[in-house]
Amino acid sequence: MKKLLVYLREYRRESILGPLFKLLEASFELIVPLVVAAIIDRGIGNADRGYIVRMCLVLVALGLIGLVCSVTAQYFAAKASVGFVKKLRHVLYEHIQGFSYQTLDNIGISTLITRMTSDMNQVQTGLNLTLRLLLRSPFVVFGAMIMAFTVDARAALWFVAAIPILSIVVFGIMLVSIPLYKKVQGQLDRVLGKTRENLTGVRVIRAFGKEDAEIADFESNNESLTAMQKHVGRISALMNPITYVIINLAILFLIRTGALRVEAGIITQGAVVALYNYMSQILVELIKLANLIINITKSIACGKRIQAVLDIPAGEKVNEELPSGDASFRVEFRGAGLRYAGAGGEALSGVDLRVRPGETVGVIGGTGSGKSTLVQMIPRFYEATEGQVLVNGRDVRSYAPEDLRRRIGVVPQKAMLFKGTIRENLLWGNAAAADEELLHAAALAQAEDVLAAKGGLDGKIEQNGRNLSGGQRQRLTIARALVRKPEILILDDSSSALDFATDAALRRALRSLDGNPTVFIVSQRTSSIQHADQIVVLDEGTVAGIGTHDELLKNCSVYREIYDSQFRKEGAQA
Amino acid sequence: MSKQREKAERGTVKKVLHLLRPYRVLVALSILCSAVIVALTLYVPVLIGRTIDLIIGPGQVDMPGILRLLLRIGWIVAVTATVQWVVNTINNRITYQVVRDVRDTAFRHLQVLPLRYIDAHPVGGVVSRIIADVDQFADGLLMGFTQLFTGAVTILGTLVFMISIRPSIAAVVVLLTPLSFVVARFIATHTYSYFKLQSETRGEQTAFIDEMLGGQKVVKAFGQEKECIERFDEINSRLAKCSLKAIFYSSLTNPCTRFVNNVVYAGVALSGALLCVATAGAAVPFTVGSLSALLSYANQYTKPFNEISGVVTELQNALACASRVFKLIAEPAQIPDDEDARILKTAEGTVELQDVAFSYTQDRKLIEDLNLQVHPGQRVAIVGPTGCGKTTLINLLMRFYDVDRGSISVEGTDIRHITRRSLRANYGMVLQETWLKAGTVRENLIMGKPDATDDEITAAAKAAHAHGFIKRLPQGYDTVIGEDGGSLSQGQKQLLCIARIMLCLPPMLILDEATSSIDTRTEIRIQQAFDAMMAGRTTFVVAHRLSTIREADVILVMRDGHIVEMGNHEELLKKDGFYAKLYNSQFAA
Repeated sequence: MKKLLVYLREYRRESILGPLFKLLEASFELIVPLVVAAIIDRGIGNADRGYIVRMCLVLVALGLIGLVCSVTAQYFAAKASVGFVKKLRHVLYEHIQGFSYQTLDNIGISTLITRMTSDMNQVQTGLNLTLRLLLRSPFVVFGAMIMAFTVDARAALWFVAAIPILSIVVFGIMLVSIPLYKKVQGQLDRVLGKTRENLTGVRVIRAFGKEDAEIADFESNNESLTAMQKHVGRISALMNPITYVIINLAILFLIRTGALRVEAGIITQGAVVALYNYMSQILVELIKLANLIINITKSIACGKRIQAVLDIPAGEKVNEELPSGDASFRVEFRGAGLRYAGAGGEALSGVDLRVRPGETVGVIGGTGSGKSTLVQMIPRFYEATEGQVLVNGRDVRSYAPEDLRRRIGVVPQKAMLFKGTIRENLLWGNAAAADEELLHAAALAQAEDVLAAKGGLDGKIEQNGRNLSGGQRQRLTIARALVRKPEILILDDSSSALDFATDAALRRALRSLDGNPTVFIVSQRTSSIQHADQIVVLDEGTVAGIGTHDELLKNCSVYREIYDSQFRKEGAQA
Repeated sequence: MSKQREKAERGTVKKVLHLLRPYRVLVALSILCSAVIVALTLYVPVLIGRTIDLIIGPGQVDMPGILRLLLRIGWIVAVTATVQWVVNTINNRITYQVVRDVRDTAFRHLQVLPLRYIDAHPVGGVVSRIIADVDQFADGLLMGFTQLFTGAVTILGTLVFMISIRPSIAAVVVLLTPLSFVVARFIATHTYSYFKLQSETRGEQTAFIDEMLGGQKVVKAFGQEKECIERFDEINSRLAKCSLKAIFYSSLTNPCTRFVNNVVYAGVALSGALLCVATAGAAVPFTVGSLSALLSYANQYTKPFNEISGVVTELQNALACASRVFKLIAEPAQIPDDEDARILKTAEGTVELQDVAFSYTQDRKLIEDLNLQVHPGQRVAIVGPTGCGKTTLINLLMRFYDVDRGSISVEGTDIRHITRRSLRANYGMVLQETWLKAGTVRENLIMGKPDATDDEITAAAKAAHAHGFIKRLPQGYDTVIGEDGGSLSQGQKQLLCIARIMLCLPPMLILDEATSSIDTRTEIRIQQAFDAMMAGRTTFVVAHRLSTIREADVILVMRDGHIVEMGNHEELLKKDGFYAKLYNSQFAA
């Protein structure tokens, strides 16, 4: 939490002035009972009408000053909290931009989204309330006590007795109920999960006729949520009645003591009214304070979640001292391997591979064999945990990441497009590309019909490209990578949504690329890679063979099995 | 426009009242108790006022009288506190139970909503209606109702008490209070537009974050970090600007109404004190005690006005949320099964499609004039480019969607005259999009056959080549897998889905890219089990892999919703048409 407050520095003035004005307002409020006491004792006591009128004008004036103070305070509080959260959002977003793939995988995107949005909003509300009220409530409570002492020290002792008891009750109930509220939240998550699951699995559930079982399951989850809510509700429902009783008991004792003191001639009737008023003020403030503390607790929890993300180191270190290699190879793997953080074993190990400019490399293997891992090490999306990966003879870790990635066009497994026009999306590949270049890339990617269907380069793409089919998206992401005219083009199983005819046309087009790029094609289909210059066969994280199609058919059993599984009869005939 | 809204709101209120019906006794009790609380809380200041009147000065203190009054106050306070706790508990009970009822109803309704609705609405949207909207509704509406009610009773009660003490001073209060309303109203109307702008901008920012963080890896791959930060900052500053305005202007309400309260307070003090002086010698003097009671009323009287202005916004918000939930519940359900619908026992496997036409949207025709006759035990493969209607055909066979024209019949009966449950029980379905429920592996496997023995389960898992990896899971078959399969790989999830079907073995099968995530070697290994399963069962297979398709009895080649070619592998190759082109593209390179 402390580290976050650094970003409040810019608003130091506002964050000091806000509470200060609030205190000023509260002080004026504390004078009111004294004025009323004066009205009773001097005004009514001496039948001094002029004095009464003057004092009532003082009351209005106090109100007016209070208004000015609190409006000022609200403004400063709003300015500081909004400004702080604006800054914080920027800092967090910028920080996330520096995260490596590994970090993104570990954290998970959905939690980052809630931290950027709802957690931020809660922090803003919490800070705003804190600046406005946190000092005010204790100030009024203790102020009322001190004022009571100025009226009559003896009677004021009842305040000294009441306040600790009240604090114990308020904080005690909160301490008990906060963990219970957390449990309720947890159960609500389960109810939510159940609903989600029911919707995502609707086909399977209906196919198995499981609707009734689902309802029964949901209702039992829902019922225990209700039970938990009622349980915690019963406890927090104690807060108001108990504080009400304590305050009123204090008032009763206060009046009794007051009566004795008046009888003894030590204080006046007006003073008793003033003491009574101070006690009532405490009650009002306590209720506000309890609400405030719940809010602040939530905000602190949210703030901690934001802090946790900021604490994760971002950015990729550049190390220029790593050994270099033969610059005539576009890409070289030297005993490279990778173990994902927190994983039991290596995802990939001992890869040795040399690729010259213009060569095409096919990467094939079963699910989880490490195909994607291999190609994702080239743009340093994931860093080798053993060995080295070199591009143009230099270790990828010795490049500035932007410099390295500018040379590489990636078509990821999941076809991702963003809200905007088709042109805007394609320009990600190269911001300086002219329209002809974009159209050329689209043609190579077999995406001309997508452009035709969507209205050319100005065609609108909705969020996450949801107005396009999987195949359309995939072809546009290929075009986006081609716009870059990369030295290395990586297709990570990126034609899976294409039918065989389109896939074949795409492969033909890729062979005619200008600039002599090195192409990596990851695929499950042997047909997609069988004409590659080199084929890397992976099996459970290790290289089972490297060679051409014909070589591998001869001496790599894994490859032969994969091939046969797809071309069984032809394989046998050939 | 606003009239329409009012009407809609009234409709929602009616529905809410209907929801409260089962709890009407509790509601009545809550209202009664609230009234009691208000009356008692208001009575306390009167008694304290009287006590203070007994404390006039040295030698003029009636100590026994004071103690008597204090004791009475003590009792009243005790009763008030108890009733208060009861009311709180009752309100909690009503709120949470109504919420439970609404959620149950909504969830039940989900089970009968047509797939057409579910497919067309994002999951997140529906979930947020059932979870977040219902929560908002609970918080706002029921709390709103109680506060509104106690507020109104407090205002009325204070007025009555004030009038009973001194009508002239009560008049001062009544004359000054509208000020509070005017101020609150003025501020509310002026902040509304800022709030709207704020929530719009916030929505825009959330959408941006959602999309760009979702595609963060692509952002990095293309080095777009700086551009994204720029775009983010632009939205962020706009949001900060309108947030500041919205928060500041709305936070004016409290100080302003408090100022009005202070004026009212001063007014009561002035008129009260002057009255005290004027009636000092009179037969019925206006005492200091009465003044102190009136002053405390002046405070209590104006407070509900502030609260009510806040509650009204809460209420409107709650009604908006409630109406969204009600809208979901009111969505038309699927056509219920006929009363005399046939219960399909174990089908032999005759399926016939006659002149079937279907489209998701009216402006885009999909399937038209589809005719197909499938005999028991036949294997039907459906091939074609993406988006040609393969999956749609499955939607129709399972009756997830009803045909627009024509008919589909099983065993000679139109499936619209067969109960959905028995129809679906006759199909075993494995889809490309694997779905597992949160629960143990075992629970997932026995979905289709809840009474399966352990041996049967193991046998099915072995056949699907899932036994090996299940054994390696921490608790074997009793390992709990998270929502949507949790940490299992796509391929493992698919193997479980296959084992699930192998366990219950329905008479007909639908396999939609059932092995798409399984590597081809494992696929071959389970092929044998697959073949055994398909033997004698009518099977519909959608597949990319032509090796799977080759062995089908009938291959339907689909293109743009039409069946362009039909026949077995050899026949189709001879035809040298669309299928031949698709097939050859696998080798042409």
